[in-house]
Amino acid sequence: MKRSFKDVEHLVRLAACFLAALLVFAIARAALVPKDFGRYGHYRAGALMDVRSHPPKYAGRVRCAECHEDVIQTAAPSRHKNVSCEACHGPLLKHADDPEVAVAKPDGRAGCMRCHSARTGRPLSFLNIDAEEHSGTDPCSSCHKPHDPRPSEDDEVAADEKPGDKK
Amino acid sequence: MTATRRDFLVVGSRLLVMTAATAAALEHVLAETPEAVSTYKTAEHWWAMIIDLDKCIGAGHCVRACKEENDVIDEPMFFRTWVERYHIDMSDPDHPIVDSPNGGIDGFTEKYPEDSGKTFFVPKLCNHCKDSPCTQVCPVGATFVTEDGVVLVDKEYCVGCRYCIQACPYGCRYLDPRTQTADKCTLCYHRLTRGMVPACCEACPTGARQIADLKNPKDPAHEYLRTHKMQILKPQMATGAKVFYNGLDGAVR
Amino acid sequence: MPHVDGFMYPNEIELQWSVLIVLYPFITGLVAGAFILASLERVFNVQAVKPTYRLALLTALAFLLVAPLPLQLHLGHPERSFEMLFTPHTTSAMAMFGFVYLWYLMVVLLLEIWLDYRKELVLAARASRGLKRLLYRAITLGSDNISAASLRIDDRVGRIVTIVGIPSAFLLHGYVGFIFGSIKANPWWSTPLMPIVFLFSAIVSGIAAVLLLYIAISRLRRATIDLVCVDTVARYLYYAFLVDFSLEMLDLVHRIYEADESFRALDFMVKTRLFTSQIVLQIGLGTLMPLAILAATQLLRLAPATRIRLYVIGSVLTLTGILAMRWNVVIGGQLFSKSFLGYTTYKMSFATREGMLPAILVMLLPLAILAVLIKLLPPWEQPLALANQADAETS
Repeated sequence: MKRSFKDVEHLVRLAACFLAALLVFAIARAALVPKDFGRYGHYRAGALMDVRSHPPKYAGRVRCAECHEDVIQTAAPSRHKNVSCEACHGPLLKHADDPEVAVAKPDGRAGCMRCHSARTGRPLSFLNIDAEEHSGTDPCSSCHKPHDPRPSEDDEVAADEKPGDKK
Repeated sequence: MTATRRDFLVVGSRLLVMTAATAAALEHVLAETPEAVSTYKTAEHWWAMIIDLDKCIGAGHCVRACKEENDVIDEPMFFRTWVERYHIDMSDPDHPIVDSPNGGIDGFTEKYPEDSGKTFFVPKLCNHCKDSPCTQVCPVGATFVTEDGVVLVDKEYCVGCRYCIQACPYGCRYLDPRTQTADKCTLCYHRLTRGMVPACCEACPTGARQIADLKNPKDPAHEYLRTHKMQILKPQMATGAKVFYNGLDGAVR
Repeated sequence: MPHVDGFMYPNEIELQWSVLIVLYPFITGLVAGAFILASLERVFNVQAVKPTYRLALLTALAFLLVAPLPLQLHLGHPERSFEMLFTPHTTSAMAMFGFVYLWYLMVVLLLEIWLDYRKELVLAARASRGLKRLLYRAITLGSDNISAASLRIDDRVGRIVTIVGIPSAFLLHGYVGFIFGSIKANPWWSTPLMPIVFLFSAIVSGIAAVLLLYIAISRLRRATIDLVCVDTVARYLYYAFLVDFSLEMLDLVHRIYEADESFRALDFMVKTRLFTSQIVLQIGLGTLMPLAILAATQLLRLAPATRIRLYVIGSVLTLTGILAMRWNVVIGGQLFSKSFLGYTTYKMSFATREGMLPAILVMLLPLAILAVLIKLLPPWEQPLALANQADAETS
């Protein structure tokens, strides 16, 4: 059977259409894919910087110590020595950068109760109390100073004992 | 004037030096990458987390700190980290009762009488899996594992198909309705790269959560992992999870 | 917030994939099934089903064109969806599926339709004027050659396309099954049987859809229904359904027997939250009943009119059952907690981007497209141009 070019011409046109579409695809891809995609892996390298550039809000204890070494020293003999300042005072980076910014003072009872009210599930070695039994409606701060919560100076705490350590 | 071998060597070496210098400078200039412009080098770190369940008191400071630090949406129930409380009645140990009221952000209310069984708290977060199934299924490359072992989401690239959320065995991902992209714990990568610890570790009053840099030979994590019996969640999934729990009860799902 | 029984991880409470993601495998299933029916004639020379050949191809095309729509409505950023084609993550079944879809659409379906219709399209271009002529000329790519030699070449190429098309159709819907079946985090989805079950239920739904459409459109055109054709199509539907049913039963029996850690939670879910959609709709009305009806038509001697009525009822029930199966897989897979300790509920809204209203519209749109395609590319004996000629002569 003699096959002339005319008889496959329509298929050639079709092939040309496909090639044109592929070309459009290639051009669009080159234009739209971010230039730094794939530098470290199958992702946009700029994403790392995007995540890293989020401004922190918590200062970290090391930062607090820069100005408040005295508070750190106060807490040192007590069980609160390893509790971070921001656990009770909330995020403090703004204050660390600008000391004029006020620092929240936690409530003298509710703030303590979050950790110290007796809840099923708390390790037995962790000091828990039933608030009403212990002190009625008095605020905790009437007997315990938050930075050094020892009721008396005689309460000995091992130097490296962390809250929650088994006795 | 004919060129001598000497000329050739002089010019050639000058060109070589200039090229090398230009290349170095160009790389520095072109780099939008963290490595070239700060002291943090991703290749020097391999991040993991150690959670000591014997110390967790279910205070919920971590949940609150995370939401604050990372602007996590408050409504409805979306958390980058949360605390679960397990109560196991010893007469029916196959059916633990678990709750996580608002993720544990305000702690837990007293519920179970003292002697009725076993109760404990389990903080959970993204496990930053080494063989992360969520990364495997992302169709576009919007979620990835960094060289230092942190799984991150590219909010500018994510299409919001939610396949990664389906693929995570631990339920740590959600779709942020504000950006319509997937979101999850970043291990406070913005803090790690500044030499700080994640907000949840900072805020934990008992030190139950500790960030670990396994590439740092001086990190106390190495000694801790060596001397304690550690577990990961759902080990059968072989995800290479890097959040290690001390004292994880078998009943924890 | 949806109502939760027991405990769910906080981020699991809201469902991720809605009714639109239920429709997506249903639609692609119809495509694959319709195409496989068409290839029965082309490749396996089952002459009896020839009257449905073109209709099956047009049905496949109509549904394939609509298939991306539910996905676009679901995406958080549909404007970024091109990323799946430009930077596909090769480990992601979803990404690779984009290429399977494109391949199937362009290289298989459109090509096969084009080759089969080319003669009529060229004749139509010659016989029409104005905008219509432009349209037909564009579709034929400006080629005017319908010599016997060129048509023979078309036929040969078309045959190759269909042969390639069969595994492509298998791949199209098997891939959708793999998208679910490869998720180890979800025990309701994770099984190697998933792609095969999806594929066979796709074949069943596609054949049922074409059968139904053929009968319905013939009635509308007041044309006679080719009895041998519908009997044959129904027979293939029956066989495919038997295989599909066996596969689903195998999955069920395997789960019950092995009773792994997920079993109790899933069993409870099926018996309570999925009772209507799984036990009643999918298994009862959607599988056992149409199987019984089809068996009756195969085993009993029934009058043609009765048989056709039963085929219609059987097809409708089959399509309902397959749609219910997609629902049970997609929605069911998200109703239970990965802690196996709780369940949530699916709150389907009505007039939101992923609500019931767009779902209904998405299901109706392919039918509208099909109507247009039938007008442009009539599936039956009389080509458009000749039909106009015939009309002109008789008036």
